[in-house]
Amino acid sequence: MTTLRRTARYAVLVTLALVFLAPLLWMVLTSLKTSGDAQRIPAGWLPDPFSGYGYDRILTDAQNPVLRWFVNSMLAATLHTLLVLVTASMAAYALARLRFRGRRAGFALIVGTLFIPPTSLIIPNFLIADSLGWLDTLTVVVVPGAASAFGVFFLRQFFLSIPAELEEAAVLDGANQWQVFARVLLPLSKPALATLAVLSFLTNWNDFLWPVYVLFSPDNLTLPSGLGLLQGAYTTDYPVIMAGAVLASVPVLILFVLAQRHVIQGVSRSGLKG
Amino acid sequence: MADTSTVGAARADAPPPAATRKPRSVLRRGRAVTPYLFLAPYLVLFLVFGLAPVLFGAWLSLHQWDIQLPNRPFVGLDNYRDLFSSDSAIYGDWWSSVRATGIFTVFSVPLLVVVPLGLALLLNEKFPGRTFFRAVYFAPYVLGVAVIGLLWRFLLDANLGLVNRLLGAVGLPADTPWVTDVPWAWVSLVGVTVWWTSGFNAVIYLAGLQDIPPELYEAARMDGAGAWDRFRNVTLPGLRPVMLFVLTTTILASANVFGQSFLITQGAPGQETRTVVWRIVDEGLRDNDAGRAAAMSILFALALAVISIVNFRFFRYRED
Repeated sequence: MTTLRRTARYAVLVTLALVFLAPLLWMVLTSLKTSGDAQRIPAGWLPDPFSGYGYDRILTDAQNPVLRWFVNSMLAATLHTLLVLVTASMAAYALARLRFRGRRAGFALIVGTLFIPPTSLIIPNFLIADSLGWLDTLTVVVVPGAASAFGVFFLRQFFLSIPAELEEAAVLDGANQWQVFARVLLPLSKPALATLAVLSFLTNWNDFLWPVYVLFSPDNLTLPSGLGLLQGAYTTDYPVIMAGAVLASVPVLILFVLAQRHVIQGVSRSGLKG
Repeated sequence: MADTSTVGAARADAPPPAATRKPRSVLRRGRAVTPYLFLAPYLVLFLVFGLAPVLFGAWLSLHQWDIQLPNRPFVGLDNYRDLFSSDSAIYGDWWSSVRATGIFTVFSVPLLVVVPLGLALLLNEKFPGRTFFRAVYFAPYVLGVAVIGLLWRFLLDANLGLVNRLLGAVGLPADTPWVTDVPWAWVSLVGVTVWWTSGFNAVIYLAGLQDIPPELYEAARMDGAGAWDRFRNVTLPGLRPVMLFVLTTTILASANVFGQSFLITQGAPGQETRTVVWRIVDEGLRDNDAGRAAAMSILFALALAVISIVNFRFFRYRED
C-alpha cells in the first residue's frame, strides 16, 4: 500500500473513531459539570469547573435511588446469566450428544422460536408473569428472558464441534453422562460459555422495554428503566441525567473491554455460522 | 477459542458431522430418562415463556380482554377487523404507528446495510490498530437504548444540544428542531440508530469478508480486474449469504424499534414517531386491551415473517 493510501486510510479511520466516540466523551464530560455549566450557550467541552454535582445528586436523591437500581441491575444480570448458562448448556448437551424420543422435534421447536420477534410475545408474557405473581419483582427481569433459544442453539453447535473421542474415553473409564457433561464437555467449552455469558449479561443489563412495563416501585427498578424517571425528575439538569447514563454504561464498557474478543467473535459467529 | 469454521461445521438444517455419530452408541448407555433430566430446566422456561405466550397470544386475540375486568368474552376476529375498519376507535392510531415503523425501517435499513459494509471494507486489510478501531466502532452498540436515548435527546436538543452548536460553528442553521418536528425527528431517529448499530453489522460483514478465498482475488487480479471490478465480481457475490443475514436481521431489528422513539422524540411532534411496538404495549398495558394488543402483535409477527421469507426467496432466486 502506498504511503498516500495509508495516510488516507488512517485519516478516515480516525475521523470515524471521533464520530463514534465523541458523543460518549460528551456524556462523561457533561456528567462532571455543574448544572449551570451544562446549560451554558455555547457549551464548552471541558467542565469549568470540574464538579461532582451530578453524581452527588444521583447518589443522594431518595426519590430516585440510583444506587439501588444499580444493585438491582447487577443482581438481575448476574442471576439471568447463570440461569441461561445452566439451563442452555444442559439442554444443548442433551440435544448434541444424547439420543431420545422427540429430540429432532424438540430441537426444531426451539429453533422455530428464534424466528418469533420477542416483542410480539410481550403482552401474553406480561399476563403470564402477572398470574405467577412476579410483576414488580426481581424474578420478572431474571427468568422469562432466560428461555434463550439462542443460547441452546449456540452451545449445541459448539458441542457438536468437540471431538467425541474425549467423551468416549471418559465413558470407558466408567463415567456416567452427568460426569461426562460436567468434567469433560463443560471444561472444553469455556470459550463458548464465556461468550454466551457476556452476551447474556449485556442483553439483560441493557434491557429496556420489558422492565419499563413490568417494574413499578421506584425501589425495584433496574438502571435502564429507572433512567426514565431520572429524566422526568431532572428534565434539563443534564449533569444528573448524564451521571446516571455513565453509571449504566461503565459496567458494560468494562466488560466489553475485558471480553472484547469474545463479544465480537460471538456476534460474528452466532450471526453467520450458528 | 476454537476456529470459527469448526463451530460452523454443523448447521441446523444439515445432518450432524460424522464425529458426533460415534459417541451416541457409547453414551446411549445412560438411563433412558437422563436426556429428559438434562432438558427439563430449559424446557420449563421454554414452555412457560417461549411456547405458552405464542398460544396464549393467539387465544387472547380472539377475546375482548380487558385486564381490569373479569368478563373476557369471545369475540372471534373482531379485534382484527377493528384494525382494518376505518370507523373503529383504534384504526387511526394503529395505522399511524404502522406508518411510523415503515418510515423508520425504509430509511434505516439501506443505511445499515451499506454503511457497515463500508466500515468492514475499511477494516478488512491488516494494518496496525485494526483491532482498536474495530472495538471503537463497535463500542456504542454495547450501550443500551436507555443510555443512547438519553444521551442523544440531550445532544439533539434544539437549544442546548451539541449538534446544533457544531452546525452553527460551521455556518449552518443552528436552530433545527431535531426531536420535535418532522422530518427532522426521522433524520434523528435514523441517524442515531445508524451510529448506534453500524458497528454490529460491520463485525458480521468482517467475518464474511474473511471467508472469501484470497485465491479469488488473486485470479481476478491476474485477469486484470481493477479494485471496483474485484469488489463487484468477487466481494459482493462472496458476501451474498452474509448480506442476506444482515438485511433480514436489520429489517427485523428496525421494525421492532421502540426505545429510540420512546426516549429521543417521545413520539413527537404529535403521534407521528410512535412505533408499532410502542402502540402494542400501550394498547395492552396502558389502555388495558390485551385482546386487541395481541391481535396487533400477531399481525406484526406475520408481517415480519412474510418479509423474511421474501428476502430468502429473493436471494435464493438471485443465486440460481
